[in-house]
Order: sequence, then C-alpha cells, then structure tokens
Amino acid sequence: MSTGNLVEVDNVTFGYDQRAVLRQISLNIPKGKVVAIMGLSGCGKTTLLRLIGGSVRPQHGEVRVAGQIVNELSPDQLYLLRRKMGMLFQFGALFTDISSFENVAFQIREHTDLPEALIRDLALMKLQAVGLRGASQLMPSELSGGMARRVALARSIALDPMLMLYDEPFAGLDPISLGVIGQLIRRLNESLGATSIIVTHDVAEALQIVDYVYFMSEGVVIAQGTAGEIRASGEAFVHQFVHGEVDGPVAFDYPARALREDMLTAEAA
Amino acid sequence: MMMQRISELLRQLGAYFTGMIWRLGFAARFFILILKHSGTSFRRFHLTVREMYFTGVQSLIIIVVSGLFVGMVLGLQGYDTLVRYGSSEALGVLVALSLVRELGPVVAGLLFASRAGSAITAEIGLMKATEQLDAMEMMAVDPIARVVAPRFWAGVISMPLLAALFSAMGIFGGYLVGVRMIGVDEGSFWSQMQSAVDFDEDILNGVIKSFVFGIAITWIAVFEGYDAPPTAEGVSGATTRTVVTSSLSVLALDFVLTALMFRGN
Repeated sequence: MSTGNLVEVDNVTFGYDQRAVLRQISLNIPKGKVVAIMGLSGCGKTTLLRLIGGSVRPQHGEVRVAGQIVNELSPDQLYLLRRKMGMLFQFGALFTDISSFENVAFQIREHTDLPEALIRDLALMKLQAVGLRGASQLMPSELSGGMARRVALARSIALDPMLMLYDEPFAGLDPISLGVIGQLIRRLNESLGATSIIVTHDVAEALQIVDYVYFMSEGVVIAQGTAGEIRASGEAFVHQFVHGEVDGPVAFDYPARALREDMLTAEAA
Repeated sequence: MMMQRISELLRQLGAYFTGMIWRLGFAARFFILILKHSGTSFRRFHLTVREMYFTGVQSLIIIVVSGLFVGMVLGLQGYDTLVRYGSSEALGVLVALSLVRELGPVVAGLLFASRAGSAITAEIGLMKATEQLDAMEMMAVDPIARVVAPRFWAGVISMPLLAALFSAMGIFGGYLVGVRMIGVDEGSFWSQMQSAVDFDEDILNGVIKSFVFGIAITWIAVFEGYDAPPTAEGVSGATTRTVVTSSLSVLALDFVLTALMFRGN
C-alpha cells in the first residue's frame, strides 16, 4: 500500500436492502489534502463518508484509513481509530442539553483524565479557533445556524484529529457563514496537519478551498481532478453540475408516462 | 378472488406477527447490551444521578398529588363499605394493604410510564433524529453506555422509591379522610394497620413489584426511543407506543406477580 494516502477506498460495493448505492468504487485521499466528494443528492456520497467512519461496512471491497482496514476492525479498535477522526455533521448535531463549552469539552472529558483547569483551557482554545470563545456559555438553542456549525466544528477538532470528515458543511448557511466555514475548514486543515474530506454539492464554495475533487454519480466516480480541471471539464454531467444548468444529462423531468396519456386517464377516472 | 383475499389476509397476519417477534428479539438483545454497558452508569454515578433528577425528582409532584387523592378516595369508599359490617376501625388496614400491595406499585407505574417513560423515549428518539447519537459514536463514545444505560438505571432505581412515596402519601390521604374528616378512631386506625401489614408478605412484595415494573417501563422506553424512525412522526409514534406498551405490561406483569406472590391463600 502506498504511503502517500491517508484514506483508500478500494473497489467498494455497498447497498441498502436491494438498492445498490456504491458500485465498485475506488478512490484515494492523499495525506494533508482537502478533498471534496461531489455529486447529486442520493448519489452515495454520504454513504461513502459513513463507510470511512466505519458506521457501515461494505459488502465487497476494503476501506483503509491510515493503513488499517476499517471494515475488519473490532468495535474497540474502531473506537480507537475514531478518536483520531473528527466529523462535522450536516446540522452540527450538537448535544442540545449542554452548553457550547460542554459540547466541546465532551470528548476531552470522555477520553482523558485531564484536570478540570486544563480541560477548560483546551475547550476555550478550540472555541477561540472558530471565533466563538465568547459564546462558550450559550446553549445550542441560543446559537444561529452558522454559529452552531462552528461550535460543532470546534467539538470535532477537540482531540486534534488526523482526519476530518465533513458532511454537507455548507448546507443551509447564509453567504457570510458559508465563507467563514469554508475558510475554517482550510485553515484548520493546515494548522492541525490533518486531512479533510468534504462531502458537498455546493460547487462554488467547495472549488475555492479544495485541492482535489471526486465527482460521483449513481455510485461510481465519473470525474476527478483539481478545482481548475473540474471547472474546465468537458464532461457533460460535470458541466451541468458546476454551472447549475436545468437540463442536461440529468433531466428536469422525473421519469413518467407520456403527459397526454396521464391527462386522459385522469379524465376517465 | 375470495381465496386470494383470504391468503392475502393470512400473509399480512403472518407478517405482522413475525415482525413483532423480530422486534421482541431486538429488544432482548438491546437489553443484554444495556446490561453489558452498565459499568459506566455506576463508575460515573453522577451520570445516573443526573437522569434520576429528570425521571425521579421531576415525577414527584404527579406521584405525591395522585397518591394523596387515591388514598383519600380509598378512605371514603373503604369506610362506606366497612361501616356496613361494623368494622370501620379496620379502615387503616384496608387502605394500607390496598396501597402497599397493589395500588402503590401499579398506579405509580402507570403514572411513571406516562410521565417519565414518554420523556425518555422522546429524548432518545430526538437525539437519534438530530444525529446526536451518530455524532457520539463518531467521537468514539458508545451511546448505549453514555445515554441509554444511565437512563435505564435511573428509572429502575427511581420507580420503587416513587411507588413507596405513592403508598405513603396514599396512607396519609386515607388518614386525613378516615380519621380527621369522618372520625374513625385514630388509635385503632394505626395499630390495626401496624399489626396486619406484614413486612415480607406485603411491603417487600410491593417493592419487588415496583422494581419489576421499573425495569419493564424503562426498558420499553429506552428501546422505543433508540429504535424510533428518525423523523417527527417516528418519534411521536414511538412515544405513544411507550405509554401504551408499558402500561399494558405493568397491568399484565402485576397479574402474574400477584398470582405468584399471593396465590389466593
């Protein structure tokens, strides 16, 4: 196995019930890079993230993180590996019954025996990194969507992970928060010396901050390249996606019977 | 056509029952998982104490008030019946035995199911729906050890205490109505109660009942929450099921336990 990749997805097939979500997909995430996985909703990109995090296991193939085969780890080994991973969920998934500070301190308290004073300093430093040290005593319900996302980000970097997973980090944010989150992802990746995987369909924002892009459609990688290569791509699907065109390889109409036929049956009924 | 309908009906019935048995299997495995991951609940007992505040302490008002009223009604009804046989001094015995043996554990159990059980299901279900449980797992913290087990043990510990309090309040209510209002002799009210209520036979059996109900109710509540579909209607359905299933379980278990404990002799 090559040493340059932190994550390797090798020939992975996965499906829920009978519906195949991923079909023999392979991709590599080089160490230290910020990589985006893009595609339409439901193309299997979140599933890919769950496979890398070990929440689901592939039916065929292998997922390797830092040389360990994720799908063959015992629950204890998986938990050990996860201590070195951070994940930002789509809507933050903050614990709603404790304050921002306690959310950030949660993992430190669970996994270390550090004295309270040190935990306080660490958690405040993480909040400072996302610019929300002043909001440490607020409850999640008192935070705006963008602030909640930043607190969740601070929580996910609490133990200085080597791998950051972002599930739709830009979804539902105003333009300013969106820019802030984008910059934070990039900056934290540098300062932590981590590797980041961003699953998103927000093309404009993602292309500004990522090193490499994988495009997925119907469970396979259909295009890949640097941000510049993707922007200039001649592939019809990528072009439609990047430029947000209404019609193209992805049709506007959901498959249906002929319109005339549908209208006539409705009248008859 | 007719045959087809019948076979379709049979198939649905079969699917319904196999579905139920599957769920029962999941619930049983879930119960074993809770027991296996209970270490945290006791090593870090403050986690359990915190949940006892939500399930136990916050149920106090409903338990105390209901206990008082049930006892007062028992006092009125009991006196009305006993006085026909000229044995109204036995009112204390009647009130105490009804409460300690039956009404305390059962009514407290039903109230606990609807007050605390529903809250546990809704909370865990919503934590699941908002990905908080997934987030916890990704942080290498087991939600069963950290979220489910402390709530389970908090419920199991709280329930006998609440039932005991319910009985105590009920006896006090019976005393208020019987002795203070109606004028039954205070000395015989208490002394007859003291000599007729047996510690092992009555009080201990009542405590065992409330303990068993506590296990059943909180088990159902945490399972329904953890198993709830992560949507608004999924959580609301699970909450309803918790109240219905655990109330029925309390009544059914009460019959079984009573049959085992008292056997009509």
